[in-house]
Amino acid sequence: MRKSATPLLIAALLAGVAGPAGAKKDKDAPAATQGSSAEPENPYPSTYKAYPGTATAIRGATIFDGEGGRIDNGVIFLSDGKVTAIGGADTPIPADIAVFDGTGKYVTPGVIDIHSHLGNYPSPGVDAHSDGNEATAPVTAHVWAEHSIWPQDAGFSRALANGGVTSLQILPGSANLFGGRSVTLKNVPARTMQGMKFPGAPHGLKMACGENPKRVYGSKGREPSTRMGNMAVNRATWIKARDYQKKRAVGKDQPRDLGMETLADVLEGKILVHNHCYRADEMANVIDMGKEFGYRVTAFHHAVEAYKIADLLRDNGVCSALWGDWYGFKMEAYDGIKENIPLVHRAGACTIVHSDDDNGIQRLNQEAAKALGAGRRMGIDIPDEIAWTWLAINPARAMGISEQTGSLKVGKMADVVLWNGNPFSTYTRPDKVWIDGALLYDSANPKLRPVSDFEVGQIGAGDVK
Amino acid sequence: MSDQNHPLPPFALSLSKGLAERSRSHFAARSGRFRLPPVRTVLAGLLFAISTPAFAQSLAITGATLAIGDGSEPIRNGTVVITAGKVTAAGAGIAIPPGTKTIDVAGKWVTPGLVSGFSRVGLVEVPAVNETNDASARSPFSAAIDVAPAINPLANPVAISRTAGITRAVVVPSTGTGIFAGQGAVVDLGADMNPITKPRAFQYVEMGEEGAKDAGGSRPAAILIFKTMLREAQEFAKAPASYDGRSKDALLNRIDAEALVPVVTGAMPLMVHVESGRDILAVLALRQDFPALKLILAGAAEGWMVAPQIAAAKVPVIAGGLDDLPSSFEKLAATQSNVGRMVKAGVAVSMGLMDRDEGLQLRLATQQAGNIVALNKVPGATGLSWGQALRTISSAPAEAMGLGDRIGSLKAGRAGDVVLWDGDPLEMTSAPLAVWIDGIAQPLDNRQTKLRDRYATPEEGALPKAYAW
Repeated sequence: MRKSATPLLIAALLAGVAGPAGAKKDKDAPAATQGSSAEPENPYPSTYKAYPGTATAIRGATIFDGEGGRIDNGVIFLSDGKVTAIGGADTPIPADIAVFDGTGKYVTPGVIDIHSHLGNYPSPGVDAHSDGNEATAPVTAHVWAEHSIWPQDAGFSRALANGGVTSLQILPGSANLFGGRSVTLKNVPARTMQGMKFPGAPHGLKMACGENPKRVYGSKGREPSTRMGNMAVNRATWIKARDYQKKRAVGKDQPRDLGMETLADVLEGKILVHNHCYRADEMANVIDMGKEFGYRVTAFHHAVEAYKIADLLRDNGVCSALWGDWYGFKMEAYDGIKENIPLVHRAGACTIVHSDDDNGIQRLNQEAAKALGAGRRMGIDIPDEIAWTWLAINPARAMGISEQTGSLKVGKMADVVLWNGNPFSTYTRPDKVWIDGALLYDSANPKLRPVSDFEVGQIGAGDVK
Repeated sequence: MSDQNHPLPPFALSLSKGLAERSRSHFAARSGRFRLPPVRTVLAGLLFAISTPAFAQSLAITGATLAIGDGSEPIRNGTVVITAGKVTAAGAGIAIPPGTKTIDVAGKWVTPGLVSGFSRVGLVEVPAVNETNDASARSPFSAAIDVAPAINPLANPVAISRTAGITRAVVVPSTGTGIFAGQGAVVDLGADMNPITKPRAFQYVEMGEEGAKDAGGSRPAAILIFKTMLREAQEFAKAPASYDGRSKDALLNRIDAEALVPVVTGAMPLMVHVESGRDILAVLALRQDFPALKLILAGAAEGWMVAPQIAAAKVPVIAGGLDDLPSSFEKLAATQSNVGRMVKAGVAVSMGLMDRDEGLQLRLATQQAGNIVALNKVPGATGLSWGQALRTISSAPAEAMGLGDRIGSLKAGRAGDVVLWDGDPLEMTSAPLAVWIDGIAQPLDNRQTKLRDRYATPEEGALPKAYAW
């Protein structure tokens, strides 16, 4: 406590001497000169820069473009970190570049996991590494997941090499109603979180329904201990947040409040809401709460009962981030079914495959395959290339990065996986993975297999995993 | 993918062609509001065609892509004959006894019913709901605890697993008091009230990081407790009447001491959970003090590092399968190649669920096995052939339990546990079309299929959803 008091004191002092706040924020000016409730635009900025790549083409592969398009015997050309051409066999490519034969292989945009705790619940999972839940109060909108990220989590490299994951959102845990801000990362090894941070990606706000908050705080003898308590604390918090946001919008003097800044940004549409919520009835309550306070839920995460209200989710434009087959591990997951994803997809609602798991993130393509198979068996015949949207453009949109990545369109980031077979087959693995055009995993080259600081010098370092 | 369209076999189409075609054309029209014909209608039709009524009768399945489960590779145009609940013949060119009901499956895959090498199925309904979780207890007893009477054949995960082709499972208790958890069982997942294949099939003990914790905080404490308890069991065996078990020095009460007698004599296998290479060697060394111990290693994420020693000790391993993270300090060298490397070194390896959802997700067996096959295409990795991978989820766990002559493969004399699949069983898009246990055709619906059918369209109909059942 003593340690943290000093910076808070300094902040308060700075706030006291600052001039009146401008309603409009200046990206470059430091916050302290702007007024008591003015905040820095981007205080922990990304330092990520694309690693050097060579101009590369892949010929002859089946391409899923991530937006539902499919090109058989296709050609894709990557240069300067971008997709520079994509098309059929006759697509022209320069003569003097590296060309990979993709015959029998598949090319997709890199997998995007919208729900991960890599870095904030890293391996090894010892108590000292438990940095995902600030489970000391039900409303911790002021914490930022990025400040818990340990870049040396070996899980990042497994997600890259085995899962073809090129971007991922790291969320705070679900102990709290308002868990804090999420961060989106490029899946590149780095010394710092900033070195992984996805340039320009908006923050998310993690919220949680249901059993976790009421259990965690109910067991401490405090609110919330019920689902109605969850909603009451949520609503009381939004009332405060709207008040804060109104004052901030007109430049009215008020002390900085990190939690309120996050929530005000949600109310102004700058931060996207990612709401852990399992049950259909609770999701309906949350949708109404969004209307009550003037914000929109971008995606319900876990949502094992999304299939029961697929129409409601579609009509309200809310995405569902789902598992392939998880069910039953707790009461609110009791009604999970394998057809959840295809049923939500068929209703016309946005559907995403997510992991929430350091093993599952290595096989999101297989989770999608489970959903595909279950759907086809009940007559929902979704083509492979459409299903890939669950792993590409849909999560990219829900994370606010679809202008930059999430599909293989000319001008977008060259985040690309070359798979050694159909990626919906269990027998398929990434052959090569490019991030911003840099080859960062090559199954044929043991030196292109990242080894974290934690692993280096330990048994098994550099082994094929 | 090997089978994108998953056509139903001819005998199913003949019964339900109209329904199936109508559902596809409706979807093509993207109407979104129609009601699909319930999938159960199709499946029920299939089962009706295969085996009516549902009791064991002679049956021949022909034209199968047939996997025996013994490590051999699948064969084309294979036949399985089941008589009186048992496999009487399987392979190519099998003569079918006259009068046997015969099903031609037209190239579809047929395997033995799958066996989960490590699970808590039937002990758990909802893991986080304590009242439904019988995996462990803070009890005055430990080694004497016997899971068999508590197995609930009506637990929903039993039916869900059966529907996915799992027909038998090793059920493992979890420690509550001390390092011994009690006696596990082998069960079948049939839709009946008699789930036990073999009660008291093994004793379970923790000896790695978890064992250290259960022993009070250290590995040496766990080893000392282990040795002391086994010596007390020996004392009990020598003179049961004079063993008190209530003195200050005794670690074991009479009941637990008695339960450990078959362990120390080797009459009952001892399943030991360890992960690291050094812990595995420490466990193998226990046989210097207790030569009769019949060890089974569970976990063994670093087994590949000491695979020659495990092989030489002739100790079977039930591995977690896809561990590849240093998720704890006892798994620093975890790699998905673990299973392949151990098999290559001559270890008998099975797979099961070690870390989570052991009561629920037995169906992940096919994903584990398929991913081990995938490693064959990864330079530097060690995978298994398809047939070897299937063996890790069929005959290998059966043999580890001493039941290789009864279950786990389609060899003559084994139980008539057979699964007919709509595609390659190790692909995630595939699912069983029919499951037999002891020759009895099993229902393929469950709570999840009922929910699926109820919400095939989300909107309420003329009456609320609660009337759709």
